[in-house]
Amino acid sequence: MADIVLDHVTKRFPDGRLAVDDASLSITDGEFVILVGPSGCGKSTTLNMIAGLEDITTGELRIGGKMVNDLAPKDRDIAMVFQSYALYPHMTVRKNMGFALALAKRPKDEINRKVEEAAQVLDLTEHLDRKPAQLSGGQRQRVAMGRAIVRSPKAFLMDEPLSNLDAKLRVQMRTEVSRLQNRLGTTTVYVTHDQTEAMTLGDRVAVLRSGRIQQVGTPTELYSRPATVFVAGFIGSPAMNFVPATLEEGELRTPFGTITPDDRQRRLLEGWNGGAAGGRSLIVGARPEHFEDAALEQVKDRPGPRFTVTVDVLERLGSDSYAYFTVAGGRARAADLEELAHDAGTVDLASGDPQIVARLDAVSRIREGENAELWLDTDQLHLFDPDTGRNLDAPAAT
Amino acid sequence: MATIASTPGASTPGASAPGTTARGRRPSGERTALLGWSAANLLILGISLVPLLWLVSLSFKTPASITDGSFIPNEWTLENYRGIFGESLFTRALLNSLGIALISTVLAVVLGSMAAYAIARLAFPGKRLLIGLALLIAMFPQISLVSPLFNLWRQIGIFDTWIGLIIPYLTFSLPLAIYTLSAFFREIPWDLEKAAQVDGATPLQAFLRVIAPLAAPGMVTTAILVFIFCWNDFLFAISLTSTEQSRTVPAAIAFFTGASQFAQPIGSIAAAAVVITIPIIIFVLLFQRRIVAGLTSGAVKG
Ligand SMILES: Nc1ncnc2c1ncn2[C@@H]1O[C@H](COP(=O)(O)OP(=O)(O)OP(=O)(O)O)[C@@H](O)[C@H]1O
Ligand SMILES: [Mg+2]
Repeated sequence: MADIVLDHVTKRFPDGRLAVDDASLSITDGEFVILVGPSGCGKSTTLNMIAGLEDITTGELRIGGKMVNDLAPKDRDIAMVFQSYALYPHMTVRKNMGFALALAKRPKDEINRKVEEAAQVLDLTEHLDRKPAQLSGGQRQRVAMGRAIVRSPKAFLMDEPLSNLDAKLRVQMRTEVSRLQNRLGTTTVYVTHDQTEAMTLGDRVAVLRSGRIQQVGTPTELYSRPATVFVAGFIGSPAMNFVPATLEEGELRTPFGTITPDDRQRRLLEGWNGGAAGGRSLIVGARPEHFEDAALEQVKDRPGPRFTVTVDVLERLGSDSYAYFTVAGGRARAADLEELAHDAGTVDLASGDPQIVARLDAVSRIREGENAELWLDTDQLHLFDPDTGRNLDAPAAT
Repeated sequence: MATIASTPGASTPGASAPGTTARGRRPSGERTALLGWSAANLLILGISLVPLLWLVSLSFKTPASITDGSFIPNEWTLENYRGIFGESLFTRALLNSLGIALISTVLAVVLGSMAAYAIARLAFPGKRLLIGLALLIAMFPQISLVSPLFNLWRQIGIFDTWIGLIIPYLTFSLPLAIYTLSAFFREIPWDLEKAAQVDGATPLQAFLRVIAPLAAPGMVTTAILVFIFCWNDFLFAISLTSTEQSRTVPAAIAFFTGASQFAQPIGSIAAAAVVITIPIIIFVLLFQRRIVAGLTSGAVKG
């Protein structure tokens, strides 16, 4: 077991492509860190550099306090679980799991003992003498995990290990991974696309965007205090709603109505010296759960704007409902948002008025296609600079 | 071996299922097609097998009945076989053929694997040039090389030696080997090699213990192709050898003489031809399955 430190690590591919740009990340011993970000943002490249499968262009990588930039993968004592599992098809499950130990020339009975222990943990005992081709997807995934854990390595690296499983199995394996990491206490770096995995599995989450680490923090921190529009839009499902706003006479004019900032927001706005051109426009972000049906008892006496919209679609999930509607006032514009739309595949929708999602209490009587009055909890609003994409509330550049 | 056996078995039901339903739906059209295909196959089989069978028949005929024109010998004899195995001209040539072809095959597969692996896995300057050059060499007319090689070999003293034949065989079989092998290597998921490296394998260990076993079908295929090429070669064998020391069977057959000066050695030639066809048939029958079976199934999510 060991800590992993990325110290201003940069990766430039021979073709000139900058895949990881000046990434610094310090992972303590036994910590479970998640790397998330849209496709092509450099997650796998980061992981491969830690494993030693890709060279580091500049910067330093330290594992257990030792600089390992020039160490071959085999000398780093790190185990990796691949998205494709990469099981050796010509070997039985037993051989697959014991391969690393066999290469390390460990005695046969020790290999057998360790493999059987791991098989026990992963419920693979009865499959030990079968080939990968004869296993189901979930079983193959477990073999891939087993291959990593038999070695008791310094760290686990996992590159989207669950993304090939169907939804149900993924949930099951997610808890499995979590249980396993708790039990072994091995430092783990885990790459995922999946919101839920990112929020539930890790001690800390690092959000990447085009090769740069945007923010590192606990899932709660990322959710409640996103440093940039990008992080705010990426973390959370359904995603945060963004609308443009202007600051006039100390008040925020938004498509939801005029909002009087509270003390915290006033301080932030005063500290903010306007956009690049001294402009007074900014982006307001509101999470779906910060809206509520204005008719409900619990919001009756609370301050905040009330506004009437036509609900286009209403999804009743039983525990709560999602209301989809549009507001006039145009779309919030920022480079981050465009990239998010790209990643979500909604680029072509990016014209006209923005669609807003509100999560309402299940008891709400609002009906699809009808007008409804909604209320917005302004205490929870996030304010972003449209030019830099930074949250006004974020500590100066991380 | 379980995977090899199970893979074709597992894929067959899936592959044949649509065919079965189609047959159920349109029985008459399907039947006509089946008949047509069978007829075409039989025709092709006949055309390719008749000369071979004729050769076999000739090899069992007595010298007197060689020219009688009957397909099935009237009088069976093993005399032709006895004759060629009694002569050092043939037995020594058989030994040369085996030795030269086997050595060339092993060298071509080993060297070809390395080159093909590099081509499939590494980005290095001049890669396209290398591939182009290999293709060019494979297309080169062999006859144009014969006389320069003849002179060169005599000067450097490898005329009429095993090595003198192995070198030109490698020249023409290596491009072939590189081509077939790199296709096989490309099929093997790169992740497997990364996994092996992370598991603690050196690049050589990763190649020998993970990649090579998976590329085995490709290596066997290549080996068979190269072996057949070397085994069948007549041009280099006749031009670059002069004595029994290194003459291979195809060349030696040309030196067969009849029992008397005027007797035709047709029977012996036929017998020799049959003998040298046997290893090829055995090879192909033996490895047919391996060539077809894809070993990589199950490596990644299916
Ligand atoms: N060998 C390479 N040569 C050049 N560019 C590369 C190479 N490998 C990856 N890249 C580029 O580097 C960037 C980061 O790739 P990477 O595989 O790390 O993305 P990722 O975050 O893992 O994406 P995904 O979620 O789709 O797996 C991509 O834009 C990719 O095109
Ligand atoms: Mg990736």
